[in-house]
Amino acid sequence: MSTATATLRTNAAGIRRLLPNWAWGLIFIGLAILYPYILDQLMASPDDLLDASIQTLGFMIMALGLNIVVGFAGLLDLGYVAFYAIGAFVIGWLGSQQFPDVAGGKGIHILTPVKSAFGSDVPGIHINFFIVIFIAAGFTAIWGVILGAPTLRLRGDYLAIVTLAFGEIVPRVFENSTSGIFGIGHTDFSNGRQGITPIDKINLPWTTETLRYPLELKPVYYVGLFMVLLVIFFNIRLRDSRLGRAWIAVREDEVAAAAMGVNLVRTKLWAYAIGAALGGFAGAFLGTYNNTVNVDQFEFGFSVFILCMVIIGGMGNIWGVMLGAVVLSMLNRYLLKELNGIPDKLGLDFDVTSINFGIFGFFLLVMMVLRPEGLLPSSRRKLELHGEVDESDHIGAESDHELYEVRQT
Amino acid sequence: MTEQSTEPHDAALDGGGGALLEAAHISKIFGGLVAVNDVTFRVPEKAIVSLIGPNGAGKTTFFNCLTGLYRPTTGRVVFDGADITAKRADLVTRAGIARTFQNIKLFRTMTSIENVQVGMHAQLRSRVTGMVIRTPFVRREEKASYERARELLRFVGLKRHNELAMNLPYGDQRRLEIARALASNPRLLLLDEPTAGMNPQESEELRRLMDTLRSERGISVLLIEHDMKVVMNVSDHITVLDHGEKIAEGAPAEVRKNPRVIEAYLGSQA
Repeated sequence: MSTATATLRTNAAGIRRLLPNWAWGLIFIGLAILYPYILDQLMASPDDLLDASIQTLGFMIMALGLNIVVGFAGLLDLGYVAFYAIGAFVIGWLGSQQFPDVAGGKGIHILTPVKSAFGSDVPGIHINFFIVIFIAAGFTAIWGVILGAPTLRLRGDYLAIVTLAFGEIVPRVFENSTSGIFGIGHTDFSNGRQGITPIDKINLPWTTETLRYPLELKPVYYVGLFMVLLVIFFNIRLRDSRLGRAWIAVREDEVAAAAMGVNLVRTKLWAYAIGAALGGFAGAFLGTYNNTVNVDQFEFGFSVFILCMVIIGGMGNIWGVMLGAVVLSMLNRYLLKELNGIPDKLGLDFDVTSINFGIFGFFLLVMMVLRPEGLLPSSRRKLELHGEVDESDHIGAESDHELYEVRQT
Repeated sequence: MTEQSTEPHDAALDGGGGALLEAAHISKIFGGLVAVNDVTFRVPEKAIVSLIGPNGAGKTTFFNCLTGLYRPTTGRVVFDGADITAKRADLVTRAGIARTFQNIKLFRTMTSIENVQVGMHAQLRSRVTGMVIRTPFVRREEKASYERARELLRFVGLKRHNELAMNLPYGDQRRLEIARALASNPRLLLLDEPTAGMNPQESEELRRLMDTLRSERGISVLLIEHDMKVVMNVSDHITVLDHGEKIAEGAPAEVRKNPRVIEAYLGSQA
């Protein structure tokens, strides 16, 4: 690397050392809290950017979840969208009029308004959002284990292919569950391609007043921010624990980890469960925020989108992954629009947004060439690059193709 | 293997008799290749025993059969009275057998301390909810494991506690592997060519370390080693493998004189 980037790096490190970590944390939380008001001051109509930011908060949670699976435990998961779908459908079921016949048409209401704005009873299941997000997280965690279990013996490419298939299967199952699930029963679980809409708006448990997004975005921004902070806290605690160490050990060397007494099955399933739970957690939030749960949202491209956030941000680093989420989500929203004029000028006729994943692929490629460790590499990676290592001198570095029969069951 | 060499050991298996590890008639066949052929082997309590043999003799394969990384094709492994044949590697470690690897298998992007803490994994009791809430119990346990990791690193003579494993010099990596293995509180430590790449002074330090392990911590050591000086100095008992079969065993002085051993190492024309 050139000396310019080296000085930049030392300067950044110097600035970071000016304050202790908790102080930086408070500064960032403070800025995040003030953010909607800062936008108010800076822009005439901040709603579009605030809307993008709220979506970004949802993506951030998913990126943090996927980071546990891919970044910490080293299990390449290409079907993360499945957990988004499951979480979103949970709020679709527990926060809409999808099941109008329950409780004799009167509906079930838990800490949600019973009457509609017009004074009539609202049928269907309506459970308060702050309960549903935890139900969604728990339910997707179970599905994380169910979908993760068959992949435990696989590594690398094979694991990626199988998870990719699960990411395709889950949305298709929902799509076809218009008359019972797997042909059992006759309940309509998804409205097919139309999806479930509208979804209940968030209301604080002690009021019956619902938040008024998309007209008023600040309150829902704070709900999203609260969820992100909760997830960050959760991630940091897990990273610095016995389980977090076991994840990294499994990523580094499965055979050695098993030989050190790490139960591979349990460790990997925890990674899948927690990663999935965060996907469901965010899925429920985006479900209500977008006011619809629709299988069109759960495309393979979305899994790649979240994976790109993890990789470009800096695999294994919580802050890097969040930065990756912001960068990619904002590029997706704003840069592509800007690029839209280009094909016209070249005399070509196509919509840039329709090749957005081609463009992300290009970014990914550029990143891999220029900065493979990501925008904000994890402290491990940094130490790895900081210490001057002669790879040829390192004995453990050679790839290990010994066929250990590391049994997982 | 000859009849007379197996029989006394079978008797020992039935009687128990102070052995920490008993491996009876272990074979491992890969397709058509017989890597280990009917090897019977025992490690007494507080002993240092060595497994030697030319390259490709099946020593490491035998190790892998003992530690659950391979499932032996035939045979039985009894450790401390419990049958651990073909048990999963992490369960074998929990039972009290720890090992190092011939081609160092450290967690490269973890620090020395973290490597050792992973070695303690099976003994730590924190649960996921406890980790998230960080209960006083989890806090105490983390602190204790950190202190113990430092103590183990000092014990093996490794000074760079916060260095990434991949950035350690070779000898230190070997030391770190031993510390990591000791972290699981083993009763039997399996060392796979620990002095490979070490200079004579480092080998001598390692020899002393093995003695200390036995005398102070009561740990038995099973050693695969090519450095004959180390093997002859440190071992109570030596077993020689060649082409997957046990060709000799006994005290160092006997093995050194055994014509079959000399033949295996130097070739038959000698």
